[in-house]
Amino acid sequence: MTTHSHVGKRTLADWRHRGGGDYEHLLEFRDVSLAFKGVKALTDVSFHVDDGELFAVIGPNGAGKTSTFNCLNGVYKPQEGEILWKGESLLGKRPDVIAGHGIARTFQNIELFAHMTVLENLLTGRHVRTNVGPLAGALWFGSAKKEELENRALVEDIIDLLEIKAWRKYPVALLPYGIQKRVELGRALAMEPELLLLDEPVAGMNLEETEDMARFILDIREELGIAIILVEHDMGLVMDIADRIMVLDFGVEIAVGAPAAIQSDPQVIKAYLGEDF
Amino acid sequence: MRGRPLLYVDYNKEQSLFPTIAQKVLLAIGALIAISVPFGLVPGFKFLASPGWLQLLVIALIFMIGAAGLNIVTGMAGQISLGHAFFMGIGAYTTAALSGSSTEALWGMELPMWFGVIVGGLVAAGLGILIAPTAVRVRGLYLAIVTLGLVFIGQHLFRNWNQVAGIAELGRNWGPFQLSLWDIDGPTLDLATDGEWFGFFLPGQGKAYLFMLVVAALFLLLAKNLARTRIGRSFAAIRDRDIAAEVMGVNEAKAKTQAFAISSFYAGVAGGLYATFLGFLPPEQWSLFLSVQFIAIVLIGGAGTVIGVVLGTLFVQLLPRLVENFTGFLSDQIADGTWLAPIADIVIKTGSGDFGVLSLDAQGAGLSIFQANTVLYGLLIAVFLIFEPLGLYGIWLKVRNYWKGWPFTY
Ligand SMILES: Nc1ncnc2c1ncn2[C@@H]1O[C@H](COP(=O)(O)OP(=O)(O)OP(=O)(O)O)[C@@H](O)[C@H]1O
Ligand SMILES: [Mg+2]
Repeated sequence: MTTHSHVGKRTLADWRHRGGGDYEHLLEFRDVSLAFKGVKALTDVSFHVDDGELFAVIGPNGAGKTSTFNCLNGVYKPQEGEILWKGESLLGKRPDVIAGHGIARTFQNIELFAHMTVLENLLTGRHVRTNVGPLAGALWFGSAKKEELENRALVEDIIDLLEIKAWRKYPVALLPYGIQKRVELGRALAMEPELLLLDEPVAGMNLEETEDMARFILDIREELGIAIILVEHDMGLVMDIADRIMVLDFGVEIAVGAPAAIQSDPQVIKAYLGEDF
Repeated sequence: MRGRPLLYVDYNKEQSLFPTIAQKVLLAIGALIAISVPFGLVPGFKFLASPGWLQLLVIALIFMIGAAGLNIVTGMAGQISLGHAFFMGIGAYTTAALSGSSTEALWGMELPMWFGVIVGGLVAAGLGILIAPTAVRVRGLYLAIVTLGLVFIGQHLFRNWNQVAGIAELGRNWGPFQLSLWDIDGPTLDLATDGEWFGFFLPGQGKAYLFMLVVAALFLLLAKNLARTRIGRSFAAIRDRDIAAEVMGVNEAKAKTQAFAISSFYAGVAGGLYATFLGFLPPEQWSLFLSVQFIAIVLIGGAGTVIGVVLGTLFVQLLPRLVENFTGFLSDQIADGTWLAPIADIVIKTGSGDFGVLSLDAQGAGLSIFQANTVLYGLLIAVFLIFEPLGLYGIWLKVRNYWKGWPFTY
């Protein structure tokens, strides 16, 4: 029902991250340990992610995958270790500050803003990349209006990419599960991230929905050059699309490497893959 | 494009406040009717041109400003605040100290009303900023209780700070309800006394109504703009999912501080206008009942929407009048001995020997009209929370969607 006309000059394609810079790794975990009153969620976890890489984290339930994301986002504070973003420490920073560095995320259990429409959810993702304050917004000053229109144009590009046009004006609470997952991905993309954290993006999806999601993930990496950390139980998907994989078990890192190496690692087979292979 | 009202060719058009022709026409008709009220021109609305009704409508417009403020912190940002009456009181007494007249016992700088009202809003906003960190620490009902504490602190302060609020039981005078640039002696626009405007003779309340219509429309427009831009969305994000909002880059403490500051500014302005319009108020005015009225407006209207604020305020403000009219109607029935008389006799209590739920004289058992209203607010809040969480706005949505699908009413 709506046709396109870009008011802002920037489009999705312009964001493409070429990476590179004066740092060794885009992201690096060094011996990160996290405990909850005696329960060790993570023990000496070390890994790194480079520009444009698709890095997967796998492991059984309770292995510490979501906790890894929470440490990175600043939601949990690890007791030991160091988390470096482009060589600078992220430890002790607030979640919203970390988001401002260009780290976006989707959640294992959908965490959309339930009373907003799809469009409003995606526009909220623009928060870190824009700066109109309350007064300018209330007065609908020149800059506020311009920013809104630019946001809208960028968000419409994401809506195109994720094929959620038909749902644009729907309150998200009314959407089917698979579409909600896509909207959440879109909201994260609207932040123009350099690193995207995906926590079980295809959990609970049927084969067709899983294939769609895999295609979106690959598109995002290819077209936008965004580095991705993927947490997923669907082994087929992970082996197909990941560049490197880290295996966690009870908070301990038991292997890191290319998919082929992981598949044949005896420790991994014993701890996790077991019957699947 | 004709015949396809839902086709937009650019986002600029679609994102305007009232995108469809139908909305623009409705708005224009509404505005015309609203403006014509004190002139008594539109058939069917002529009765509203009386000073009594105009007085009621002016108060409703002032309440709309206050409710728009509570809607920002409670409806949009999801922070339950019972402290709204406190912030209104702060605005009112700041206005009094700045624009009231001074006596030996009272402070008053005799500055223009607009100055007092705006500074009143700013002082209230400053206190709102001081309160905001509490909202980061405590949530939900606990926040409601903390903000409830503010009302009692305010009542204590107002009752004892006699230079500002007057003697406890009596209260004080506010400055004249008039617009002057700087010199209080020469009103540029006198809003309090009867006179001729645009070739029509208007009661003072009629002038006040027109002025307040403009001010309220402005404040509602600002609130609507805030809601549809970056900061408004950050409030709603904090309300819906606070952790996710932070991970998306919303600074929780900052958002809550902004919400409390803006909301308190609205409250302060509304308090200043309310007190100046009424001219004389006791410190008891800024009580929990006032806060509850605003909560009722926001919940009955539909939390989070600006149109809900308008509907909710009209409803809550006109309700006492309806209750009054209703009891009047019932006592007429008894007096005339119609077939309704036996039922009416049960509902209202006429003489001292009679029983009834509502009592018209303030003696003996039975609810006074004021108490009946309090009970009704409580009942309505509960009913709306249970059956229609979207409030009057939700009912309007249902009606609209019904007609959208017409004649296919599935
Ligand atoms: N907030 C918390 N408080 C206490 N314990 C926690 C908390 N968050 C995680 N844990 C514990 O840390 C461990 C790792 O949990 P985590 O959620 O990271 O696992 P996961 O790998 O994401 O598992 P799943 O596949 O089920 O999502 C678990 O033992 C869990 O109970
Ligand atoms: Mg998990």
